[in-house]
Amino acid sequence: MTLQAQGKATLEVRDIAIRRGDRLVLDGLRFSATRGELLALMGDSGTGKTSVLRAIAGLDPIAAGEIHVGGVRLVPGRIPRGACARELHRSVGIVFQFHHLFAHKTAVENVWLAPVHVLRQPRPAAERRARELLEALGVAGRSSALPHELSGGEAQRVAIARALAVEPPVLLMDEPTASLDPARRSDLAATLRRLAADGRTIVLATHDAEFVRACDCRTITLGVL
Amino acid sequence: MSRVAAFGLVAAVLFALAVDVPAQSGPELRWGGDSEGGAPFVEADPQNPAKLVGFDVEIAALLARELGRVPRFVQVSFTTLEASAARGDFDIGLSGIEDTPARRARLAVTVPYYEFREVLTVREADRGRFRSLADLRGRRVATLGATLAYDILVAAQGEHGVIPVTYEDDVHPYSDLALGRVDAVVLDEVLAARGVRRNPGLVNQDARIGVGHYVGVLAAGQEGLRDRINDILKQAMRDGRLEAIFRRWNMWNEDQPRLYARVLSGAEELVPAAGVTTPGAWEATRRYLPTLVQAAVVTLVLSCAAMALAVALGVLIASGRVYGARPLQVALTGYVEVMRGTPLLLQLLVLYFGLASVIQLPAFMAAFLGLGLNYAAYESEIYRGALEAVPQGQLDAARTLGLTDVQTLTLVRGPQAFRLALAPMTNDFVALLKDSSLVSLITVVELTRQTTIFAANIGSWLVPGTLCAALYLAMSLPLARLARRIEKGWRRA
Repeated sequence: MTLQAQGKATLEVRDIAIRRGDRLVLDGLRFSATRGELLALMGDSGTGKTSVLRAIAGLDPIAAGEIHVGGVRLVPGRIPRGACARELHRSVGIVFQFHHLFAHKTAVENVWLAPVHVLRQPRPAAERRARELLEALGVAGRSSALPHELSGGEAQRVAIARALAVEPPVLLMDEPTASLDPARRSDLAATLRRLAADGRTIVLATHDAEFVRACDCRTITLGVL
Repeated sequence: MSRVAAFGLVAAVLFALAVDVPAQSGPELRWGGDSEGGAPFVEADPQNPAKLVGFDVEIAALLARELGRVPRFVQVSFTTLEASAARGDFDIGLSGIEDTPARRARLAVTVPYYEFREVLTVREADRGRFRSLADLRGRRVATLGATLAYDILVAAQGEHGVIPVTYEDDVHPYSDLALGRVDAVVLDEVLAARGVRRNPGLVNQDARIGVGHYVGVLAAGQEGLRDRINDILKQAMRDGRLEAIFRRWNMWNEDQPRLYARVLSGAEELVPAAGVTTPGAWEATRRYLPTLVQAAVVTLVLSCAAMALAVALGVLIASGRVYGARPLQVALTGYVEVMRGTPLLLQLLVLYFGLASVIQLPAFMAAFLGLGLNYAAYESEIYRGALEAVPQGQLDAARTLGLTDVQTLTLVRGPQAFRLALAPMTNDFVALLKDSSLVSLITVVELTRQTTIFAANIGSWLVPGTLCAALYLAMSLPLARLARRIEKGWRRA
């Protein structure tokens, strides 16, 4: 993908196609999201929800179309590298379905690692901010735990804190309710609404219709090709 | 007197095939020797490699004939001839074996059949300044381990400050002298004559350094056979058959008739084991432990340095194979396969002796490089596997957080890979500690080599072997414990 500065922090997906190996996963997908908007990509398993998020995050290439996000443009070709990648990753954060926390770091270290090493924030300030984020997400008591010592729900909230710590204007979340009980789901819905109200653009990939309603999301439904 | 031990196995197999089938039938006289010693002792006939020639071969034939037996050669490494004789692996050992009090104490030893002088060999240019051992203060003087010459050099170390350097063969002391790696060689005149013949630019000095005798060795308890052999040898001294053998090999000189006269008058048989006893366990420990500890320090320092090199190079190779461009990956894979697929012993010999005409690495440096470069190949495979074992999801997470590839390696992937690699690394370090004994072949005296020398000196492996094993364990066990503690700490953390 080649990347060009666009000057806007919103997300625009134009007629993209995504392949996985020889299989065309989706084709002609088009949507946009404005600042402060909560958007849900819905659809059955295999419809390409996760693939869309990975393409927007610059992890996998698209096969056709283009994506405008955080002032950069992604087009078919290779995944972004160098300055373009840095620009993209400052604009887009992602919370994976299986969290992918760094296994050798405690919860709080997972959260302050990128602010210290990517944003060059002083370590005490980054750690203070990390603890605030964990506090806000209700897992401050698990700051010193290693990932394998966390429950699914705790790990997910630590992963959200880690993504938010670099303050990306666009936050992508893959199946955010997969490891949550009903009470935690409504907490998360409230948190996402609050983040959106603060001006963050949030895109969810989910098939949890109830959660989507609780979040008051606009939805886009993907179908099987 | 072995040549390069690396070729020993091949030679042993060839000779075993060649000589194991006796040409005649009848009872055998199994005689042990080391065919790597070469002419004039025992060697394959250049005209017919299936046949052995040498003065020891002819003496064995003479003894067998007189005993009414068929000679059968048993290949034994020179350094283990004495132990093999004690075990009864053959009836008699004949391979330029020196007469020593320790041998007399442990084995049934024949009368001496040849007298040799220890000879100081130097480079032509040093003929004027290195006339005796006293002129070689602070200089490296080469010899074979576990010989009379070695004992002489150890004594000269205390008296004149020479630095003994031991080899496991009698070829490289002279080639290294020619190259300037050592300043002199002390060995018996038979070997010295051969060394000077093969290396133009070397000369033998006239200084009287010592005198020794070749004898045959039999297991203790074989005194009956030994006495019959003594009678045959004496008869051969009287009737000139021994003289004929030594004349054929250009070894006859004026020292031999004097020796024969002494032997025939019974004087040499009176050199007894009396007063010379193998030291007791406690005495042997007290005497040898300090030197063994010093040798263990050499082993430890060499192993630690080589492991540090192996780890550093291994990390670079593994990183190159995981992150590098295709040509780099291919080149590094080639390096790993070559280093893993060829014997470490061969690599050490090539580094030290093979490259000597291009670059003369000091022995310790060659040992350090050889072990480090070899183990780097193994370490790199451990690290590559460990790097690839870190889940891709974590690498994706690192990328989306904006970490660069280098930051991902140093902050996320590397630390986790290191934890996975720790156990196999510990394993490799212990293996390296033991493999470091191979460097004795390139003249570094480390723990195993020193143990071999002591075992040969006192004619027993029990005490030196036990001390050696204890020292290796003292080095490797704490390391294994430390690694286990670190791993436990990580699990708890």
